[in-house]
Amino acid sequence: MIQGETGPWDVIVGMEVHAQVLSEAKLFSGASARFGGAPNHHVSLVDAAMPGMLPVINKYCVEQAVRAGLGLKARINLTSIFDRKNYFYPDLPQGYQISQYKNPIVGEGAVEIDLPGGETRRIGITRLHLEQDAGKSLHDQNPDESYIDLNRAGVALMEIVSEPDIRSSEEAALYLKKLRAILRYLGACDGNMEEGSLRADVNVSVRRPGEKLGTRCEVKNVNSVRFVAQAVDHEARRQIGVLESGGTIRQETRLFDAQKGETRPMRGKEEAHDYRYFPDPDLLPLVLAEEWVESIRASLPELPDEKKRRFMKEYGLTAYDAGVLVAEREAADYFEQVAKESGDGRQAANWVTGELFAALNAANKGISNSPVPAPQLGALIRLIKDGTISGRTAKDVFAAMVDTRKPAARIVEEKGLRQVSDAGAIEAAIDQVMQAHEGKLAEYRSGKDKLFGFFVGQVMKATGGKANPAVVNDLLKKKLAG
Amino acid sequence: MTIDKDTVTRIASLARIKVREEEKEAWAKELDGILGWIDQLNEVDTGHVAPLTSVVETALPMRDDRITDGHCPNEILANAPAQAAGFFVVPKVVE
Repeated sequence: MIQGETGPWDVIVGMEVHAQVLSEAKLFSGASARFGGAPNHHVSLVDAAMPGMLPVINKYCVEQAVRAGLGLKARINLTSIFDRKNYFYPDLPQGYQISQYKNPIVGEGAVEIDLPGGETRRIGITRLHLEQDAGKSLHDQNPDESYIDLNRAGVALMEIVSEPDIRSSEEAALYLKKLRAILRYLGACDGNMEEGSLRADVNVSVRRPGEKLGTRCEVKNVNSVRFVAQAVDHEARRQIGVLESGGTIRQETRLFDAQKGETRPMRGKEEAHDYRYFPDPDLLPLVLAEEWVESIRASLPELPDEKKRRFMKEYGLTAYDAGVLVAEREAADYFEQVAKESGDGRQAANWVTGELFAALNAANKGISNSPVPAPQLGALIRLIKDGTISGRTAKDVFAAMVDTRKPAARIVEEKGLRQVSDAGAIEAAIDQVMQAHEGKLAEYRSGKDKLFGFFVGQVMKATGGKANPAVVNDLLKKKLAG
Repeated sequence: MTIDKDTVTRIASLARIKVREEEKEAWAKELDGILGWIDQLNEVDTGHVAPLTSVVETALPMRDDRITDGHCPNEILANAPAQAAGFFVVPKVVE
């Protein structure tokens, strides 16, 4: 909900996400689907639409679409149809895109998004279908000409369409994040938004609460999670501005300008598209055997939502921590190793989401390149739990582990950081501190309880920070009381 | 269904076919004839018949996910009216 000049407005968002199938070869040809490559090298005569060439579908791409559908808890359509979507553009040599129109391979499903408060919301999925990507046009090489590279032409895409269930820019970003996580867990798409393996188009409209849906605008090519939030915010505010000043919204396609953080109408003729879809006569209906679909279902990994629930149950994590940890499969696996090694799930979660993530951020590294391997972090936590070092000292040890890559136990030995729990040694330190601060001692005994912290600090200082804080607290209370 | 000259103009533009003004009347008549014939077919009730997708009982053939093709830029570009640095070159298109 956004507050306008004249009252509140609902923001209604639906998304179309194009996810590139992580395959070796293209959807209908044996040319490489890899990103990049010298221009027109990953192109077969099929992709270039030479006369007489026939498309033959890549079974693995079909399997990945089914996997994605199952991961989205969606209905798998055992019969689906490929259609031609007709339009002319230089990067589309066939003059049509092979897509699926009325009978997509995957029907209704849902994605659960994790709201910051720990609650979840269900965003409906309308459909997922398979289609070909187009080639790439370069407009900046020459003032009068465009250059065309067909390497991407024919690469398999999954178009995933959501219901207009999203209600804010924040939810839009969470939806895209979750969708990306699910696809990455499944291995169906690498989710790399910089290379364009995941691209989002965002449909935005606004309405007065309780009224019917307003006219929507489609914002194209929003290529990061952050930009999705920006695009929704900007577009919703723009529409509210138009409506509040008495205007009307024209249904149109707009482009997101990442540099300015705003949307603008796409240039060129806004003539109504007429794609004249019809079933592709080169391709028979795609018929899947139920047993095959079931065998794919049986091979699915544990997905983020299930993992999150298990982490909460098995390790006693909060919904928030569990949500952060399962966002990337690598982080979840790392956490689980630390939890097993240390025998303490909550501490493991605190260390991974706290110290470790901070260290990785600072070094600009991913968790798979962590300077501290999971078993070593687990061993560090064990040292805290068995009283060898205090939690405070552990932070210093961790910093040293990041710097030197040595195991925790060795750093503790080398630096002599072993915690002193011996009552005699601590009592001696307390006596010394009490003698040195007789004035403060008197004040404390006359009721100034707040000075307790001061004495703890002094004792810790006297022991070089190595005294076991619990033992210090205990003994100090008794001694100060006199 | 009747096809008028405006519809002919629109279909021609969608198909990127240049149709001269004086030809449009004739095209309209011809297309109208075709649609008339289809209307005639539509009179048959096919509500209880599954769509015919093939005249032979055969499944969609599939390929394995292996790179078996490509790496032939010279063949790909052989018929291009213009090329530069391995790209097709076309009149400027900007959106």
